[in-house]
Order: sequence, then structure tokens, then C-alpha cells
Amino acid sequence: MAIAEARDPSGQPTRRVAVMGEPDATGRFGRFGGRFVPETLVPACAELEAAFRQAWSDDAFRSEYRELLTGYAGRPSALTECHNLSQQLGLRLLLKREDLNHTGSHKINNVLGQTLLARRMGKTRIVAETGAGQHGVASATAAAYFGLECVVYMGEVDVTRQALNVYRMRLLGAEVRPALSGSRTLKDAVNEAMRDWVATVANTHYCLGSVMGPHPYPWMVREFHRVIGDEARDQCRALLGGDPDVVVACVGGGSNAIGIFSGFADTSAELVGVEPAGGAAVGKGIPGVVHGSLSYLMQDEYGQVLEAQSVSAGLDYPGIGPEHAHLADIGRARYEAVTDREVLDAFELLARTEGIIPALEPAHGLAWIVRAREELAGRTVLLNLSGRGDKDVAQVQAIQDGDPEALKTVSF
Amino acid sequence: MAGLEAHLRARRADGHKLLLPYLTAGYPVGEWPRLIEGFALAGADGMEIGLPFSDPVMDGPTIQEASTLALEAGANPQALLDEVAKMEAGIPLVAMTYYNICFRMGHERFASALVQAGVSGCILPDLPLEELGPWAEAADAAGIETVLLAAPTAPDERLVRIAERARGFIYGVGLVGITGERDELAASAVEMARRLKEITDKPVIIGVGVSTPEQAAEVCQVADGVVVGSAIVRRLLETGSVDAAITFVGELRAALDGC
Ligand SMILES: Cc1ncc(COP(=O)(O)O)c(C=O)c1O
Repeated sequence: MAIAEARDPSGQPTRRVAVMGEPDATGRFGRFGGRFVPETLVPACAELEAAFRQAWSDDAFRSEYRELLTGYAGRPSALTECHNLSQQLGLRLLLKREDLNHTGSHKINNVLGQTLLARRMGKTRIVAETGAGQHGVASATAAAYFGLECVVYMGEVDVTRQALNVYRMRLLGAEVRPALSGSRTLKDAVNEAMRDWVATVANTHYCLGSVMGPHPYPWMVREFHRVIGDEARDQCRALLGGDPDVVVACVGGGSNAIGIFSGFADTSAELVGVEPAGGAAVGKGIPGVVHGSLSYLMQDEYGQVLEAQSVSAGLDYPGIGPEHAHLADIGRARYEAVTDREVLDAFELLARTEGIIPALEPAHGLAWIVRAREELAGRTVLLNLSGRGDKDVAQVQAIQDGDPEALKTVSF
Repeated sequence: MAGLEAHLRARRADGHKLLLPYLTAGYPVGEWPRLIEGFALAGADGMEIGLPFSDPVMDGPTIQEASTLALEAGANPQALLDEVAKMEAGIPLVAMTYYNICFRMGHERFASALVQAGVSGCILPDLPLEELGPWAEAADAAGIETVLLAAPTAPDERLVRIAERARGFIYGVGLVGITGERDELAASAVEMARRLKEITDKPVIIGVGVSTPEQAAEVCQVADGVVVGSAIVRRLLETGSVDAAITFVGELRAALDGC
């Protein structure tokens, strides 16, 4: 738990509130969260909550988890100062290098925690949803490591645009099942994973990939990503002798963002989440319930969930984790949206100036920094570089070549 | 008309097994309202009217498809309820939809929209006991009976709490899984009915995975009745017309009367 300044819409501090702690007994952060699941899953969610609570206060579990993070995932991840780009933008840019983790993104932090927990609960099978494929690859990896059966649901559109990751998952021994309903992207992959879990709950753990879903997922997944913020805070203090002025992260469901925010919620750093313009749950959303929790949601006037539209498969999601909705509500974090065009420019910019090819998801964070560079002039900005761009190279190439199929996934 | 629970109790007291067929409002486009009177005439004791939602996590491919087709044709909950209001079924109607449809409209407004449409009960499969409060208050005040699901995964003490809070009837989920046809009745269906009958005298209706007249009769050895959904909707999807579905409801009725 941390104490943070709540702010009114004009940015004035209003009161001090506890954040990043446990949600209340109903799984709520402020007015958001909860456990809106089919009756079949209620006992499983309660069992998971109890198991996590117990494991998280068990030193043996914690040290096994920590050893996996260091010995297997390669933590701590580096903090990189971007000298070239800082000069170009007129600010001081630092990157938290989650792209350097095993499997190439922050997703592995959560997956190692959840698979350890699944094993502890005696589950022999995990199911996962994936958008960009990074969570799917991380899940398939951990399942291979622990000897668990693994099924990954992925929207049919994403199976095509993230073909490399599909092959990686299969290589790791996972079964990839395309989700054929609805928009055939991340939202539909979550639906399919939940349907699977409804039917297989006795032996299966649902390894959810972000800080969304029914209680205890938003809380548990945040705790498993807290390591990002804890490390970054220490690394910043060592480098800067203090905290950065602004902490920026992209937001799909919001796991990499909440992970890094958790290290800075009680500092004076501004927290900025960046969503795609075509999937801006905080910007365009209104409170609604889907996938187990109450949060901001892009929906029509009748409550039908809208399809997000983004060049990045990992952010192509109409909702946002409930704790982010709460942080937005109390004014502790703000949420901005960038266009696909800005993202593609930022993707190239980082490659050319720093020799780092980012995933399209964190390129959203950089795109906002580029756009806001005047506001940020002279300040120290920490960006969570949540993943590496290898998976996106073929898609970006096809977009640049003007391939009509690839262009369909972009809105300019 | 008597309320949902009163009606079902009265039919049960007459020695009837209860039949509640399901339809997806809005499919087949234009023709679907005829299902309401058709099902009633074919011997239904009540019916479930599904208001389509974009992300139906409790539903298998069959009901998903009907929902998608209805939504693509422009269906919206208020317009569908306006159609329902025009029909004279003579038996209780139960709305079945997902919570966000209700939440978006507002609890009071949704409850009164159901009343206006002549609907007497409501099922929200993603609104478990712990989250029920605000809706149940609005529903109770408006006289809408909130049916609760009971699943095989629930421990006994939870079943007791569900049975106490349920209005209209208790919807026993026949298997661990989502809606869809199955070749055989799951053993869990009869077991679910038995566990519920032991703890309540409210009507116990089993649904999910009850696919044929034989399966309906089998589960009604213990249960008070059945909900049949995907087997009906598949017939609608295959033929695009309401007649085959209505005939099938008649076959279900005959099977239940024979047991
Ligand atoms: C590299 C990367 N960053 C971010 C995300 C978005 O997820 P979240 O908002 O939970 O961090 C994804 C999802 O696939 C991803 O692969």
C-alpha cells in the first residue's frame, strides 16, 4: 500500500488516499472491480483468492518466485538512459527494459507467479488469452517449464498479424486455438478462455494476462508485476538521486503500467497511461461490466461492447483494468491516447536513435512523449519499455510496403 | 397473471413437469415474436427470452451465432422488449441477458422496461449472489422475480444461500460448462436436481446441456422441469423459420407428459 495525492481535474491536490493496496472484500478499487462471473466460476475465484493470499504471505513461495525471476526470466531488467533521443526531444528519457526479459516482455513476471500458484493448487492445465501473443508465449514457456498442459486462445485477426508468436507458442508445446467470434481480437480471446475455464475449472487454472477480470486477478496480477516498479524506483534513485518527474506506460488491460506505477504512486512523479486512440477506455469509455469486472468500457448506448481498433494487437482491447479506472477517477494517474500513425513513427524513432526496436505497445508510450515534448521539456521521463519489437517487424514491414491486409489493421 | 413462481408452483401441483424453452429475441429477424405464442401453444409453461449481448461468456457457439445475427440486424434491448410487449403468451416470460445490458440501462429503468413488456422474471448469468444487491433491490421493488443459477461446483452451504435468494425458480446448471447440445445427459444434471430438491421446495429447473426429449424426461425424474436452449436455436439456425422449433417444443412437451 502507498499514500498518494488525489487531484481534481485541474490538477490541484485535494486529499491523500491509500492506493496500490488490497482491494476491499468485494474486490473493488474505489467503485471499480468486483467479481461478475458465471456462478460456476465463483468457487474457483474464491479458491484462487485464498490460495494467492496464502502463497503471497509464504516466504517459501516468495523466494521460489524471486529465484525464477532472476535465474529464469533474467531480472532485474536494466534501466537505460537514452542519450541521443533525450537530446533530440529536449528532456531526459529513461527506459525500464522489460523487453530484455526472457520471452521478450513484462508478461513473464505475472505468468511465472500464476503458474507457480497453479501448481500449488494442484492444477495440471492452464488456459490463457493473448493479443500480441506475448502473454501466450510467456504462458506456453512457463507451462513447458512446469510440465503443464497449455491452451492459448487468440483472435483470428491476431493469429494472422502475430504469426511469429503463434509459431513460438506451438514450438513450446502449447495448443493455439483461434477465437472466431466477434471482432476476432483480444476481447474475443478472453471470452473463449473464460468459456473454456467454465467447463474445465476442476483441473485448469485460467492464467489471465493483465490486471483485469474478476477479483482476485486485478490485484494478484498487479502484485506479480510490482517488481517492475520496485526495481525501477531503486534504479532511478541510484542514477538520479531521486524520482523521475513523469512515469509513462502503455495500457491495454494495464498490467505493465500498474507494475511500474506501483513503485511511484507515493512519490511526486506524474503517472501517465497511454492508450491507442481506437481503444481508449478511459477517454471514450463509460462504466460497464465485461470479463468479470466493472470498469471503464467502450460500449454503445445499449451496453454492447464496442470493438477496439489498433495497430497493436496487445492494446486492441475496449476495457481497462479496474484499478486504472480508480486511479483516473481520483486523479492520481492520467490517461492519454495516441494514433497508429504516431505509434509507427515512434517505433522507427527508437530504433534509429537508440538501436532498440520496441514492441508496438510501448511505442504508444513513446509516441505520447514525443507529442508532449514541450510540456515535458527539461524533465526526467521514465518509460516502461514493456516488450521488444521482433514480433512486430513483419507487420510493420507489410504496412510500409502498403500491403492492403496489413493496412486494414491501421487507422491513420 | 400470477407471478412466475406462483404459476410454476401451480403447474407443478397439477402434476406437470415444467417446460421452459429458450429463444433469442431478434432471431430469426422479423419472425421471432411468433415463437412466443407458438411455444405457449406447443405446451410451454414459461419461456426464456434472451436479449442478445455482444460478449455472452456462458453461451456456446449456437446461441452466440443467433445473438450475433440479431445484433447485426440492429437488435437493441428496448426495441426487442417493445416487440415482446405486443405478444400474448398467457404464460410467464423470463428475460435472460448479461448484466451490462441491465447496468447500462440502469437497474430501475431495466426493471420497469421488463414490467412494461409483460416479463415477470429475469436471469443474469454473470451476476452471482455477491454482486446481486443493487439489481435485486430494483427488481424486487418492481415485482420482477430474479432467478438465480446454481452450479455443480457450488458447495452445499452456497446452494442453500442461492435457493433462499432465488425468486421464480432455481436454475440448476446441468453440467460444468457453457450452453450447447450434448449427445448424452451429463450425470451432473440429475445430481444437481437431487441436491437442489433436498434443500428447497421452490421449483427446480435444470438447463444447459439438455438437448433432446429423452434427456428432458430423464432429468425430470428428479427435477421439476427443464430449460432447453441450444437444441431449439439450432433448429432455427438450420431452417431460418420458426416452425421446426415450435414443433420441437411440442415433442419436448410430449416427452415430459409421458414421464
Ligand atoms: C509488450 C506488451 N506491452 C503491453 C501489452 C499490453 O498489456 P498490459 O496493458 O496488460 O501491459 C502487451 C500485451 O500483449 C504487450 O505484449
